[in-house]
Amino acid sequence: MGKTLAEKIFDSHLRDEPFPGTKVLNIDRVLCHEITTPVAIADLVWRGKDRVFDRTSIKAVIDHVTPAKDSKTATQAKILRDWARRHDIPDFFDVGHNGVCHALFPEKGFIHPGHTVIMGDSHTCTHGAFGAFAAGVGTTDLEVGILKGVCAFREPATIRVNLDGVLPTGVFAKDVILYVISRLGVNGATDKVIEFRGGVVDQMSMEARMTLCNMAIEAGGTSGVCMPDKVTVDYLWPFIENDYVGKEAALAAFSKWCSDDDANYVEVMDVDVSSLEPQVTYGYKPDCVKPVSEMAGTPVDQVYIGTCTNGRIEDLRQAAEVLRGRQVAATVRGIVSPATPKIFNDALADGIIQVFMDSGFCVTNPTCGACLGMSNGVLAEGEVCASTSNRNFNGRMGKGGMVHLMSPATAAATAITGVITDARTL
Amino acid sequence: MQKEFGGRAIVLDRSDINTDEIIPAKYLTEVTKEALKPYLLEDLKLEGFDPDGDVLAEARVVVSRENFGCGSSREHAPWVFEVNGIHTIIAESYARIFRQNMFNCGMLAIELPRDAIDALIAMAAAAPLDVTVDLEGEKLTASAGGQTLNYDFDISSFDKALVVAGGWVEFADARY
Ligand code: SF4
Repeated sequence: MGKTLAEKIFDSHLRDEPFPGTKVLNIDRVLCHEITTPVAIADLVWRGKDRVFDRTSIKAVIDHVTPAKDSKTATQAKILRDWARRHDIPDFFDVGHNGVCHALFPEKGFIHPGHTVIMGDSHTCTHGAFGAFAAGVGTTDLEVGILKGVCAFREPATIRVNLDGVLPTGVFAKDVILYVISRLGVNGATDKVIEFRGGVVDQMSMEARMTLCNMAIEAGGTSGVCMPDKVTVDYLWPFIENDYVGKEAALAAFSKWCSDDDANYVEVMDVDVSSLEPQVTYGYKPDCVKPVSEMAGTPVDQVYIGTCTNGRIEDLRQAAEVLRGRQVAATVRGIVSPATPKIFNDALADGIIQVFMDSGFCVTNPTCGACLGMSNGVLAEGEVCASTSNRNFNGRMGKGGMVHLMSPATAAATAITGVITDARTL
Repeated sequence: MQKEFGGRAIVLDRSDINTDEIIPAKYLTEVTKEALKPYLLEDLKLEGFDPDGDVLAEARVVVSRENFGCGSSREHAPWVFEVNGIHTIIAESYARIFRQNMFNCGMLAIELPRDAIDALIAMAAAAPLDVTVDLEGEKLTASAGGQTLNYDFDISSFDKALVVAGGWVEFADARY
């Protein structure tokens, strides 16, 4: 019997099995942000164990509320900043260089096929797009990761999702993943890895693959994963060109992580995307998903484009294409937050920022901001937001607010009309 | 040090209660656990539930449905239960990160099948429900208005070791 990518990574990183079924893995990347890390730092200090297992394996960013909005968020940022300086962590990203963690760290080339990655953030599953096992953890797991470089898991079973057919024009990775979550349900993948396979994934950019893997957690999944291939090599090449004699050698090295043909899956889901419509959520759970045609006409107060799901350059391009030459409806506040400084810069160079501004969007600095209702566009009671983020929980973007999740193209079309709109009908 | 388990139970009769409902993100700016205390379940969407009521204030145990603690990885969710004296949660199933966070903090996330949860909820509807937990024997006893029910539960050896050790930091620091 062959092995899945996740099983291969578990085998290669196994440090200990203290009890049957509990695998303690060596961790290659311990990622930190200012919301969940400060309590871990405080606890390590309190225990007299203010140490890090390896300063170069730890990467840290201030991204959730930045620049700080008040004294409390300034304190959180300061705790992380002081700690990063104290331990001389080379890859620490602060104001001017910071961006949404799950967009920034991949963009820096930190995540490679075969890596184990943890972060005190549920959307860490995003990094599985590189053929890594990447799992969100709590502050205690993060603390042990920082101190010891290990983390304990039950070995996850894998669900294989075959995405076949041809994506229709105007339908994107976000629509695919919303549809897949609606099929799996919000706990359909609990304790499991979701492996995205098939011709549709092979054709996707790394950005689109990250959008897929980002939302694995919304079905309860431990990690989303894609098989490393030529697209992965091309994306990482600037960071690895000194490690391999050529791209073929890198591809050969990466390929060993791919799931074997005879690997074992607990579930296989076949999806033909050829007739898929753009998808939109209703209600307060990410598996409450309908085709846009059934949601069209729903009024919104705000449109938010950005986040670790859809704040990458490809996403901004898709939105800008819809917005070009058009105006945001008078009843709508449009907010766009490019996910990293590089994305912001590329969007400037491409003229995309101009398109957003001409249409009446407010362009913010890279940050999580309104995604979790902490800053930069919090909703008032009773308000509705069309968002490219990943969670529509009650109160997620502000107490009493309602969120509809959708692709950047659908969000842009919605901004123009003021009601949920299929971009293909404009 | 091992925590105290069991006590008066509150029923949250809904599936998919997420960590944003347990502790909204706007309170994640706190850097001490104690500061979270007043905000427990502030945004819970559940008819008849009062986050400021006596029932929640007196509770030491939560009984709930499927996929409890889904969503964000914030360990603030177990912490806000902990600082409110709730160290035991009994549900049909959990989201992975929340479940691990509970054990990592030395707290108990007990899984019982649906019919058992149905019975506990029915008991609590009739009279105040009290739960006692025998961790070593993996048994719990529920009593309300003179009625008593006993259940066996399973907890992995690892999770039990974390609870006995007082949490994952203690366990890992002694071993790695
Ligand atoms: S953008 Fe939103 S979902 Fe992503 S890491 Fe930030 S807060 Fe979390």
